[in-house]
Amino acid sequence: MSQMSAENRQGHWRKTRRLMFVHLAIWFVFAYLIQWFASDLNQFRFLDFPVGYYMAAQGSLYAFVIQLFIFVKQQDAIDREFGVAEE
Amino acid sequence: MSFFRLQGKFTDNLVKIYALYTGGFLAFVVLMAIFEQMGMTADTIGLCFVGFTIFIYALIGWLSRTMQVDAYYVAGREVPPVFNGMATAADWMSGASFVAMAGGIYMGGHPYLAFVVGWTGGYVLVAILMAPYLRKFGCYTVPDFIGTRYGGNVARFCAIVVLIVASFTYVTAQIDATGTIASRVLQIPYGAGVWFGLVGILLCSMLGGMRAVTWTQVAQYIVLIIAYLIPVFWMSIRQDFGWFPQLSYGDAVARIQELEPMLQVGTLKPTETIAGVAALTNLHANPGDSALAAWKFVTLVACMMLGTASLPHILMRYFTTPTVKAARSSVAWSLFFITLLYFTAPALATLTKLQILDPNLATSIIGKAIADVQALEWIQKWGAVGMLAVSDSNGDGILQINEFFLRPDIVVLATPEIAGLPYVISGLVAAGGMAAAMSTADGLLLAIANALSHDLYYKMIDPHAETKKRLIVARILLVIIGAAGALVASLKLTGILGAVAWAFCFAMSGLFVPLVLGVWWKRANRPGAIAGMIVGLGSGSLYLYLVKWGGMTPWIGLDDLRFGIVGVVCSAVAMVVVTLMTKEPEKEIQDMVDEVRVPSGATILSSSH
Repeated sequence: MSQMSAENRQGHWRKTRRLMFVHLAIWFVFAYLIQWFASDLNQFRFLDFPVGYYMAAQGSLYAFVIQLFIFVKQQDAIDREFGVAEE
Repeated sequence: MSFFRLQGKFTDNLVKIYALYTGGFLAFVVLMAIFEQMGMTADTIGLCFVGFTIFIYALIGWLSRTMQVDAYYVAGREVPPVFNGMATAADWMSGASFVAMAGGIYMGGHPYLAFVVGWTGGYVLVAILMAPYLRKFGCYTVPDFIGTRYGGNVARFCAIVVLIVASFTYVTAQIDATGTIASRVLQIPYGAGVWFGLVGILLCSMLGGMRAVTWTQVAQYIVLIIAYLIPVFWMSIRQDFGWFPQLSYGDAVARIQELEPMLQVGTLKPTETIAGVAALTNLHANPGDSALAAWKFVTLVACMMLGTASLPHILMRYFTTPTVKAARSSVAWSLFFITLLYFTAPALATLTKLQILDPNLATSIIGKAIADVQALEWIQKWGAVGMLAVSDSNGDGILQINEFFLRPDIVVLATPEIAGLPYVISGLVAAGGMAAAMSTADGLLLAIANALSHDLYYKMIDPHAETKKRLIVARILLVIIGAAGALVASLKLTGILGAVAWAFCFAMSGLFVPLVLGVWWKRANRPGAIAGMIVGLGSGSLYLYLVKWGGMTPWIGLDDLRFGIVGVVCSAVAMVVVTLMTKEPEKEIQDMVDEVRVPSGATILSSSH
């Protein structure tokens, strides 16, 4: 840990934390906000599904999977930028 | 087959080995289908499926035997992300996911989709808040992290208690599920089935610990996902919903919504009650209009998600990856493999329901003559074991929606028969359900036994124990806990889905806040963590007791499946308040937290601590 300046460490953590908040916000939308309005969304149809049902049965799941693969890439880019990636 | 023991060689050849295994398994399925055509009985086919797969798992378990500490506790930290993703998916998807979830959606409709959302979205929390940091820490168990981050045996001990309460609740439900399937397939009493299931579970984990469990779980994932998908694809093609039902079953949902008023679903209530089974009274895609319904949905989602991120048997899977980055991408892969099953479950529930309801399909039973329905083989077979019932309540000789009673847990297992698929598919599904329950039970038993052997015995009681003694103690504990689990399971205290939901609530009440703040709040200290765990688990358990047995009216719909909300809020308040009232942690601890936050550099705990 000695080879790392305190400033570098802070910069890395600041960006990591910001990324965390961004992803938790996206997660919140798909996990809670959309589900809360399922009944209203059911008035619309997507691929013949009622949209509220669709989001709970499939839509949010896709969002989570895609979000995580993007997160892995973004966090790795941050680690590289500050020279704290492994190897 | 000595290549299994040469780890370097084995992990280099993973793709080849598991491709070969998958091909072999598919060939076995085809072989069974041919035997069925040649006249092999249904019972023999079921027996072959369960027997053959358990034999393979046991073989892998034996080949992965080890006497090294880091192989036993963390599979030598050399599991590649994609394979760890598959192993986690098997570890994760239990009897509840495989057997009970689609049945719950079939019976309960939209509100049960909360499990689908909650059991997937939890992985976002695992990836972002927990897994990479715990991997960097280098711990063997979750209490190991708590004990080192906060320091002291009291914190470690509290974490052990929460782990045991949550995991033990969970494992009894899994042993219950293996017992149910084993008794059905082998035609032995349920009690004997439970012990048979336990022997299978222990064969996988006892000799090789985490290493054996990892490689059997990958094998179990392959079996369970094939077993889950094939019947759904088959039904979809036969009902003309196309080759990829998950995308195109919207029409089926619409058709059910069209049939529901005609068949009076939800308006025609059953006039009699039959123990253990229920009639369909909920609409398929109706989330309810009230704010309370929405609130109940999102609170259940929250419990399942925060529980996911606190369950030790899941978190410890990410200790086995080679690097921090691999741990992170392994979470994404886990979620991918889990989603393959979870986005299929509502499709299965929908298509099966349509098979039963739609008068245009040959398999439908609602609206048919009672005598004809009672002559169906699957009605007789599942009826004989009390899993379903047909009763002509109004005496008109025709089966109405309120006269067909079913135990939701059997929907997945009975679907091939309901849809008139060959028996080989039923055998396959039984093997898949067995794989799902066994893999989860294995992970849970190992989590409990490892916490007791590593944290309680080695770290707290006898820190000078030699390697051999530690590993023997670990194995003895594994057998004892397994036996205790089987004993409790054979008492049949709760249903599968209920017990699982409780396990999530216990885990989130006690562990979520100390785990998250341990990484994300440097100021968090020992007294705060101890208060968080004790108050969280205590208040959650008390609330569960009062609501379930004490006759208390639940607060705003927070029933016994959702008590984790109460627990986690109390835990957070207690931890923050107590932390701020006591002095900040020592410099070394704060430096340690800094070090955990960056991927590079050595782990905090050495590789064989």
